Amino acid sequence: MPGLSFDLIAMQLFTGLALGAIYVLFAIGLSLIFGMLTVVNFAHGAFYMVGAYVGLFLISLGGNFWLCLVAVPLIVGISGMIVERFLIRPLYGRGIDYPLLLTFGLSYIMVELIRIGFGTSGYPFDTPDLLQGAVNIGIGYFPLYRLFVIGAAAVVLLGLWLFLERTSFGLIIRAGARDPQIVRVLGVDVARVWLYVFGIGTAIAGLAGLLAAPLQGVIPEMGANILAEAFVVTVVGGMGSIGGAVIAGLLVGVVISMTSLFAPEMAKVSIFALMAIVLLIRPQGFFGRAGLMS
Amino acid sequence: MAMNELSQTLAPAGVEQRNWFEAAKRHRALLASLFVLVFPLVMPFTALAVNILIYGLYALGFNLLFGYLGLLSFGHAALFGTGAYLCGIAIVHFALPWYVAIAMGVLGGTAMAALIGALAIRTRGIYFAMVTMALAQCVYYLFYQAIDWTGGENGLRGINVRAIDIFGMKFDFINPLTRYYVVAGFVILALYVLSRILASPFGAVIEAVRENEARARASGYNVTLTRLITFVLSGAFCGLAGALAALHLSIVPIEIMHYETSGMVVMMSLLGGMGTFFGPFVGAAVFLLLENLVSLWTVHWQLFVGAVFVVCVLFFPAGIWGTILKRVRP
Repeated sequence: MPGLSFDLIAMQLFTGLALGAIYVLFAIGLSLIFGMLTVVNFAHGAFYMVGAYVGLFLISLGGNFWLCLVAVPLIVGISGMIVERFLIRPLYGRGIDYPLLLTFGLSYIMVELIRIGFGTSGYPFDTPDLLQGAVNIGIGYFPLYRLFVIGAAAVVLLGLWLFLERTSFGLIIRAGARDPQIVRVLGVDVARVWLYVFGIGTAIAGLAGLLAAPLQGVIPEMGANILAEAFVVTVVGGMGSIGGAVIAGLLVGVVISMTSLFAPEMAKVSIFALMAIVLLIRPQGFFGRAGLMS
Repeated sequence: MAMNELSQTLAPAGVEQRNWFEAAKRHRALLASLFVLVFPLVMPFTALAVNILIYGLYALGFNLLFGYLGLLSFGHAALFGTGAYLCGIAIVHFALPWYVAIAMGVLGGTAMAALIGALAIRTRGIYFAMVTMALAQCVYYLFYQAIDWTGGENGLRGINVRAIDIFGMKFDFINPLTRYYVVAGFVILALYVLSRILASPFGAVIEAVRENEARARASGYNVTLTRLITFVLSGAFCGLAGALAALHLSIVPIEIMHYETSGMVVMMSLLGGMGTFFGPFVGAAVFLLLENLVSLWTVHWQLFVGAVFVVCVLFFPAGIWGTILKRVRP
């Protein structure tokens, strides 16, 4: 192929990592919620979409992007906690399908409410002034904002890791994922922990939506597409595994951007092919424990 | 003594009550067929009635998997859509007669189910919903890009079937009521086949796997194979529904493959009552009536449908038909 230099491939690799960073943030929330609550949150895409719209709304009120980086996760996380407390909590112990079905119905409601509030057509989302332009990263000029997305995802991951590994609340969360029964016996209010975990997971989804907005624009349907792709990430990485979500998320981002370089029409299909291969070779995913889901 | 008298007078009545319920259960396919035959009399909009039949059949196929086997699939649009596209392609690109086209649709749904099933069955529990949804999304993109065959974004146009000829008789497929009864013929056939499957020993195995997988396996049944076969059977029903939808709409829109078509059948099954024979039809009717009535009043009918669904999950997990059955069961 003419004009296909090493630099071009390296640039495309970085583009893939930026895309993958969004997947990682999205999938990590999904994984965290599943690992703790055994709830597959079908409304995760809707929370992601709401995050982008809350950002849009705050900026239209005169706020700036940096304020949104704090306010959006907070607002989306609190709405996630309300959902957990009043809608999902009554369904614990009723079988694993019911919370899934409920969040699926909820995603319809959330998408439709956004359509009522903001209309059915999409909006562009301006890249913040400070992050416009490109920087030389040694192999060529790379958009600054994409670099920022990779950095932001790394910061969130580091923060989450420190929180889970180094705080006593994180210890409770990890113990609760292993055996909620024992944790409850030890006198921990597990219901409250679950509430916070759901809040943290949805907050990260909202942040991912905000970060994705300048890259892809904002439409009410943006959550449904990423949900299917995030499922690929969780299947490849192994459900309930944070490390798996990180590696698989980056891998899926890179696979998409590489196939869109070599065979653009196969870009969407390629990641599903990746999932099919993983399913054939290792059904529980890279980091999933066999028999966890039975 | 008084108690004894009471129980003696009550006992025969109880048996009699149970008898009518059991009799109704035994002849469920017949009763459902009778309902399908008289349905246009109470349903003034025949085009909507045809839709209810088609989506009822789609939900019936889905319910075989979800209600009876206990596997939640979020990728049934791929089976329904493949049935519709193959039926349409047979007519538009190969000018084949309608009955061959319908057979192609059923085969298409079956083959797609075998393909998706073979991959998805490898995972268990909650993974299944995610894998089927992702694979269906993949099928969506594939059909979207095969523009020469499927028309891509514009959909597959020109499926014009004007008359249905069978056994020397000719039916005018343009006439709404005739069209209804042609579709009803296939639906009734499907109802009998499904009833037969469920009443067979294999049907008992399906429910055994749902109730207790470990025990079914210990009893010597091949759980994985049972799941795959049920998924493929479900695909055959959904393929038939898709083929009928193609004939009815005379176009196959790409949206038929979309995630929302998968979600819709989940909603219909749960609204009607999963794991009941007739529930999916009730669910399809309620869903489509709600969609049509609410959209007269607001374009945001999905808000309403979503809310009804959430209330159903929270408070009436047995669904409308399931709740009715619970009440009348003696």
